[in-house]
Amino acid sequence: MSVELLNFIETVLNGLMSGVMYSLVALGFVLIFKASGVFNFAQGVFALFAALTLVGYQTGQVPFAHLINELFGTNYHNWYASMPNFLAIILTMITMIALAWIIERLVLKHLVNQDPIILFMATIGLAFALEGVGDLMWGSDVKVLDVGIPSGGSIWLEEATIGLAAEGSDYYGMYIDVLNVWATVIAVILVITLALFSQYTKTGRALRAVADDHQAALSVGISLRTIWILVWAISGFIAMVAGIMWGTESGVQFSLSLIALKALPVLILGGFTSIPGAIIGGLLIGVGEKLAEIYIGGYFETGALENWFAYVMALAFLLFRPQGLFGDKIIERV
Amino acid sequence: MLYKETGQYKSTYKSDHAIFPLIQDKIAFSTLMFIAFLIIPFVINSYWEKAILVPFLIFSLAAIGLNILTGYCGQVSLGTGGFMAVGAFSTYKIMTYFPDLNIMIIVLISGLITAAVGIFFGLPSLRIKGFYLAVATLASQFFLVWLFNKVPWFYNYSATGQITVSERFLFGIPVTGANAPSYATYLFCLVLVVILGFAAKNLIRSKMGRSWMAIRDMDIAAEIIGVPPLKTKLSAFAISSFYIGVAGALYFAVFLGAIEVTESFDIMTISFPVLFMIIIGGLGSMLGSFLGAAFIVTLPIGLKFIMVDLVGLSAVTAKHFEITIWGLLMIIFLIVEPHGLARLWSIAKEKLRRWPFPY
Repeated sequence: MSVELLNFIETVLNGLMSGVMYSLVALGFVLIFKASGVFNFAQGVFALFAALTLVGYQTGQVPFAHLINELFGTNYHNWYASMPNFLAIILTMITMIALAWIIERLVLKHLVNQDPIILFMATIGLAFALEGVGDLMWGSDVKVLDVGIPSGGSIWLEEATIGLAAEGSDYYGMYIDVLNVWATVIAVILVITLALFSQYTKTGRALRAVADDHQAALSVGISLRTIWILVWAISGFIAMVAGIMWGTESGVQFSLSLIALKALPVLILGGFTSIPGAIIGGLLIGVGEKLAEIYIGGYFETGALENWFAYVMALAFLLFRPQGLFGDKIIERV
Repeated sequence: MLYKETGQYKSTYKSDHAIFPLIQDKIAFSTLMFIAFLIIPFVINSYWEKAILVPFLIFSLAAIGLNILTGYCGQVSLGTGGFMAVGAFSTYKIMTYFPDLNIMIIVLISGLITAAVGIFFGLPSLRIKGFYLAVATLASQFFLVWLFNKVPWFYNYSATGQITVSERFLFGIPVTGANAPSYATYLFCLVLVVILGFAAKNLIRSKMGRSWMAIRDMDIAAEIIGVPPLKTKLSAFAISSFYIGVAGALYFAVFLGAIEVTESFDIMTISFPVLFMIIIGGLGSMLGSFLGAAFIVTLPIGLKFIMVDLVGLSAVTAKHFEITIWGLLMIIFLIVEPHGLARLWSIAKEKLRRWPFPY
């Protein structure tokens, strides 16, 4: 095989892997949108908050330590050295469920029957509030998140592919981050679990009923409120997974919340209401971005197309298929 | 009693169509203008100029712009930062190519350029709406900021990527650059805000404004009664972008003087705060644009005063509190008073009508 072809394959593979990371975030959006019609802008901050909380539990930080220390002149930082990963993840999950409950109680309950756009703006507010609370609780410094997922280049793959190139050419093998492979595996497990859950359990059926029609679901005795809390908790859980993955890759910091902005084009491409759409949209965006960076980016001496290429791709797509690849046809044109 | 309208008869169409039909409103507005034009310029100091008045005026303009698009025409936009950057960079480029051009004209031309860019990025609105449109405007935000950051022609190949304003005079007094006196920059912004504010108010009362509102309320019905969606939506994008572009030009030339695009026009520093302004101030209300801008500009100063100076928190913690409070306020406003501060004001007016003898 020629080096160009190998490079192309490597780019596509890497694109697919980073696409999985986008899909992870987009999944949370889709779940909430389907069940409650809320476009949750705070999903990215959810991921940040979950990752912050996880690190906080792991390293035994005292919540609101900075605030307490500044107010009372004390010097609390940690109350224990470390917590096993497993326990920390369970505690973070409980925290995210509690968060879902609080959000339902304090925000959603009062905004029933409002315009979708009002709800959307409320979630922008939620994103800010949650980001502030996260920073107040755990501090805003960049944290290292390590839950034992291996990362770094795969040496095995590098050695396996080095022989594929023609004899004597300058080829050093493919580079693929092991972390991304893990992310893919976890995403696959997550999607299968979600699919099984919504197909074969009673709660799952209730969830789908609510997604189809709120009023009909209410009339057959499904509690909307419980379902909403559940849906927000599930997307909190997905946010935690996404937060762990992204946090392991680039550290837990404010920019983590911006992955929400990365997920928006994915949603447009895949459709707001389709779980497979979120996955395939993510993969397409991931591959498209990486290919554009390498094959078009060269024409601009400046590069960094990644910031907007996904959006332009999604926009171009919108013009031809406004509901996305798999979305419900909801858009009326005037 | 205070706000009594009995006895104020309107006998001509002219008086019926006045912007301030009530004598009380006229008095209040004249007093405000008197204070703004004839008192503040003599007592203004650098702190008030840099921290409160000039940013308030500039963000009022941006809020009016976004309110035209989102509040009156119902097209949600998250691209305010990008459009303000267009205004700022056009000002910069025009300044370098035409060193002798009057600053007032430069600012207005920058607005026109932004309007053209706004029409271009408004094109998707013809096919999509709601969230989809919001996401499409986000695309413009990211693309424009990337463009100004990465194409060196825009910042004249300067090594830092910063653009810096050069000194420009109006009636012999510098209004931009480091030597501009506080009263000059303040008055320059004030004049533009008052003129453009009146223009916007009248536009909204005109046929154009009514067709915007028709599209906002129900686009299908609007089209059936003969409001052309294409023209209406694009005109809203154009005029909104014009205001935002002028605000961007002032933000760069008068307020900051030197900017770096990724920092100054970020989605978090411009787009969302301006959206907050119109939500908190009141969607679809001119008064709301000003109230919202005043609120958002003074809130951080007030919070900082309370938390850093009175309670003694560190600046970082205070900043985190500020973000939290912003978010909470936004949610609270949407729940309690979706029509914002402007609505509170009209409720207060209702109350003042009967005060002090309510029945």
